Amino acid sequence: MHDNVLITLAAYFASLSLFAIGGANAAIPDMQRIAVDVMHWMTAKQFADSFAIAQISPGPNVIIVALIGYHVAGFAGAGVAAVAMCGPTCVLAFVVSRVWDRFKRARWRVALQNGLVPLSLGLIAASAFVIARITDHNVAAALVTVVTAVVAYTTRLNPLWLFAAGGVIGFAGLV
Amino acid sequence: MSDSIVPASGPEAEQAGFVRPGLGELFVAFVKVALSSFGGALPWARRMIVDQKGWMTSQEFNEAFALAQFLPGPNVVNFSVVFGARFGGAAGAATAFLGLMLPPLVIVVVLAMLYARYGDLAALSRTLAGVTCAAVGLLIAVIAKMAMPLFTKRWDWAPIVAIIAFVGVALLRWPLPYVFLGLAPVSVALAWYRG
Repeated sequence: MHDNVLITLAAYFASLSLFAIGGANAAIPDMQRIAVDVMHWMTAKQFADSFAIAQISPGPNVIIVALIGYHVAGFAGAGVAAVAMCGPTCVLAFVVSRVWDRFKRARWRVALQNGLVPLSLGLIAASAFVIARITDHNVAAALVTVVTAVVAYTTRLNPLWLFAAGGVIGFAGLV
Repeated sequence: MSDSIVPASGPEAEQAGFVRPGLGELFVAFVKVALSSFGGALPWARRMIVDQKGWMTSQEFNEAFALAQFLPGPNVVNFSVVFGARFGGAAGAATAFLGLMLPPLVIVVVLAMLYARYGDLAALSRTLAGVTCAAVGLLIAVIAKMAMPLFTKRWDWAPIVAIIAFVGVALLRWPLPYVFLGLAPVSVALAWYRG
């Protein structure tokens, strides 16, 4: 049973890995779909909490996969999820970096990149929507989101301050 | 492989001050990048690699980062592989990747253990809800910055692709691989023919 769960985690994140155009944040909706709706590994609130914990932890946000993995199958789950999510893209990055100089100015390369930007944008916007739907269910919560967005857009304030402010407002019971 | 500083080969070797990191240095550098990066590791990676260590010029950094962005997956993870491979082949790529991922993995597992134990506490749950609201706000700021150049130019295919991807994934809950395989070829073809 335990082995099966690890295999499921590995297969899922490895298959998701190469479609995460624009980074981990582009894959959040699919992770939520699988972890919450399809596999019932966690509740929507636990998923949103995992997203928040991954954001306030140092390092790449992709680390959320280790939180999901740990929730499902402990230490082994965390390791398997992280390796599966990063393995395929790392191998691809290694291979492409060897031949990059040959085609970095090729027209098809430019078209590929320009074509993927709007896709990535749509996916990241979907992430914000999916998480907001779980967490922004009153006016105060929506206000925290909107004010954070404006501050983050217009200033270069360290995001940790914004997380701290959100945390304090949450602790006070306002969201 | 030793950790000694060996002068870089190639054109940058002629400029005094450019050095080639050993594996140990590479590992430590990416541990530092990992531990100091909140909400995007790019500025930290640049500061470390260009300003402090002088391992790359600003332009080399930009080119390596452009490659990392071009690839699927987290940019900074791709960058660690691209950077590590450049200075130490497969061993360098693995070293930089492990430096970037191991410390966050340990930290996040500790947090996951704490969450498994205390996640039901109302105060913690409320606090995380507040953090989540802020994190969504940060995401919206990122989206706005990405959308600006696409949506302010003449209304063309790019915003339509973004909207279809959003509707498919967020509202219709289609699996990401289907959305990607359906939209990416169309979008890339449009980018090729319409610029």
